[in-house]
Amino acid sequence: MKISRYIFVGILLGVTLYKSEAVSWFRIYEMFHFQSFHMYGIIFSAIIAGIGIVQLIKRTHMKSTEGQEITFHPKDRSIPRYLIGGIIFGLGWALAGVCPGPMFILMGSGYTVLAVFLAAAMFGTFTYGLLRSKLPH
Amino acid sequence: MVPDFIIQIKDFISQPWPWWVGGPMIALIMFILLYFGKEFGISANLRIMCAADGAGEFSDFFKFDWQSQGWNLMVALGAMFGGYIASHYFLSSSGDIAHVSAATVESLKGLGLNYEPGAVPLVPEFYSWESLFTLRGLVIIVGGGFLVGFGARYAGGCTSGHAISGLSALQLPSLIAVVGFFIGGLIMTHLIFPVLF
Repeated sequence: MKISRYIFVGILLGVTLYKSEAVSWFRIYEMFHFQSFHMYGIIFSAIIAGIGIVQLIKRTHMKSTEGQEITFHPKDRSIPRYLIGGIIFGLGWALAGVCPGPMFILMGSGYTVLAVFLAAAMFGTFTYGLLRSKLPH
Repeated sequence: MVPDFIIQIKDFISQPWPWWVGGPMIALIMFILLYFGKEFGISANLRIMCAADGAGEFSDFFKFDWQSQGWNLMVALGAMFGGYIASHYFLSSSGDIAHVSAATVESLKGLGLNYEPGAVPLVPEFYSWESLFTLRGLVIIVGGGFLVGFGARYAGGCTSGHAISGLSALQLPSLIAVVGFFIGGLIMTHLIFPVLF
């Protein structure tokens, strides 16, 4: 693992989400009120560019820096897992106005209280790990 | 003396970025990670951090070779640096402002959040250590964090893993997850916020 290149990618992500205001609680609130195109524009343009990138990788059989062809693993087929899990995530996303990327970015920009949010999110993931076998998937 | 063109570049980056810059940049980040043989997904770090703290003793879900995922922790660390850099060196002249619509400024008043148009902060004041001692602050920060951490792993990904990586690869499970994100988000914003605030 070459550490510095991943840190560089992270910096790019942090500056991008900060400067495009995707880290803002108010932008998330606005999105769920359908009062601006801004967040939809970010998400849709990322997906459209992303679809193009994935198609290009597949059609050119592009190799990664590790020397292997870049592959995409199909996710397990299920409805309850993605729907229920997604709804729970969405409740938290709208409540906190923060998802995992902005959590790290805001911590770095000085909102140190997000460390408590991170601890709570880790506890949520831990709780999922404990209950996993009892939940519908 | 700093050359003029450096200052011009700094001023250029410091403007608020429109959506058509932010979105393609996110896709570029996804591409860079794919090119390195990795997948873009930030919430996986929560599982890695649990595993690194010894959660494997309690559940097999955390028994995996988390060291091999260390690169993702470096992306998270870099994101923290990115937040620091953007907020300290690339802040626009108007400061930490969320340029939300006039309609949003108006609906925020319904929550008791009174802002002048053009003066809505990037992050609300209830993101502070003091507010952890208020019910609202505690519910938002601790309750919100728990739901995000639980839901992201249950759904197998968050905004980056499903909405960006998954939908870019035209994965149906990711579409179901993103529909879920919006159902949950709309319930929270329209049904639970009015009670909570």
